[in-house]
Amino acid sequence: MIGALHLAFWQTTAIKVAVVLGIIPAGALILGYVFLLKMMSHMQSRLGPMEAGPHGSLQLIADGVKFLQKEDIFPERADRVVFALAPIIVLMSTFLLYVVIPVGPRLSVQNLDIGLIFALAVSSLSVIGILMAGWASANKYSLIGALRAAGQLIAYELPLILAVVGVAVQAGSFNLQTIVQAQAHGKIFGVGAIGNPYILTQAVGFIIFIIAAQAELTQTPFDMPVAESELVAGFMTEYTGFRFLFFFMGEFGTAFAFSAIGATLFLGGWFVPGIHGGLADIVGPAVVFAKVMLVAFLIFWMRFSFPRLREDQLQAFAWKFLIPLSLVNIVATGVLKVAF
Amino acid sequence: MKAVTRLRAAMSGFLRSYLTVLIFMGAAVLMVGAMLGAGSLLRPKRPQPQKYINYESGVDPVGSGFSQSHVRYYVFALLFVMFDVEAVFIFPWAVRLEALGAFGLYEMLIFIFILILGLLYAWRKGVLRWV
Repeated sequence: MIGALHLAFWQTTAIKVAVVLGIIPAGALILGYVFLLKMMSHMQSRLGPMEAGPHGSLQLIADGVKFLQKEDIFPERADRVVFALAPIIVLMSTFLLYVVIPVGPRLSVQNLDIGLIFALAVSSLSVIGILMAGWASANKYSLIGALRAAGQLIAYELPLILAVVGVAVQAGSFNLQTIVQAQAHGKIFGVGAIGNPYILTQAVGFIIFIIAAQAELTQTPFDMPVAESELVAGFMTEYTGFRFLFFFMGEFGTAFAFSAIGATLFLGGWFVPGIHGGLADIVGPAVVFAKVMLVAFLIFWMRFSFPRLREDQLQAFAWKFLIPLSLVNIVATGVLKVAF
Repeated sequence: MKAVTRLRAAMSGFLRSYLTVLIFMGAAVLMVGAMLGAGSLLRPKRPQPQKYINYESGVDPVGSGFSQSHVRYYVFALLFVMFDVEAVFIFPWAVRLEALGAFGLYEMLIFIFILILGLLYAWRKGVLRWV
């Protein structure tokens, strides 16, 4: 991948698979520990888990080991094949998201020309997994949860894809690597010192993207599908042990990936002012990680701050506010692009 | 002849980039299999009929779990399909705007105007109301 080292296709692919296999659980653990366990606790004036490891840092690993020892239960009336396939599809959607995220000028798993569309397409695969899980459980709560999830995910899919069109217009490409380069070489009123991170010109797009990502991840203001006070755990109710954990990993792995896509589209990805060429390949992953934590912080901050929206409010917000707003954003971006 | 070779090389590169995608799908399946396999060595198996009853807050479930659901989900799904297809038309325009210039912009303004009219019509007809 770097310099004079020449590796065969299967060797680089094996390295990439190994790296992503490490990143997904690590990303889920970091987001789960830093934000879900610790930040939420401290925001609510309590300590959170403190026993496993220093400051409770090994709590989620302990939970994982616990899940590993749980009995594997299929409900008697469940559709067994679909029930077993559902978490695989959710996890597959998470895996495929990592294929296109660039972490350096030459570092990305696969620099697809339609990277942006690819990311949006595979992220919506998880809807199918969720519907399968809810249907195959043969449980009324699961089915209601799955339908609510599907209704919500498709309603917020539209603002999500319309919000990123503004970025595509500005960069003139769907290639995530090109979008980062366009931000790195961009100029603000003729000054190119910090490039042109699109959060400045696409602020409306960024806000719509964050809200829609929040809904796609079923994080709290939008957590009707798994509302525990009325639906137990929604589509996950009948899952035990590791099969349950796959949904958890999918949720937090996708949160990590969505934060990375948000950072790539709006915060300049791996770019930091003053670092170019080979050095950017080395510093890049750390820069992306820092920006991911920033975007994830926003998402989890919203999660801990707002109460749950009602189903009708949730749909009305998407259709009557976010979609018209994102269409206006596209028009404004297009007019400004042609005018200047 | 040269053009054919070049085309073939480009095609092979294109397909190879999607081979990576396919390999990643396989990796997800492999990871699930490995974890469930590791779990099967550790976890207990003590079958009791009560364990396999659906969980409905501790009460024995009544009727089938595969119940009918409200039609409103279907209406929203239809609406989504229409708007999603229209979004697909916006995408190629977005990347080519630089080349299309003012002409492309006017075309898209008309398209989005019609799109918004459609949304307003649905709104007016009460389709967007969650009942």
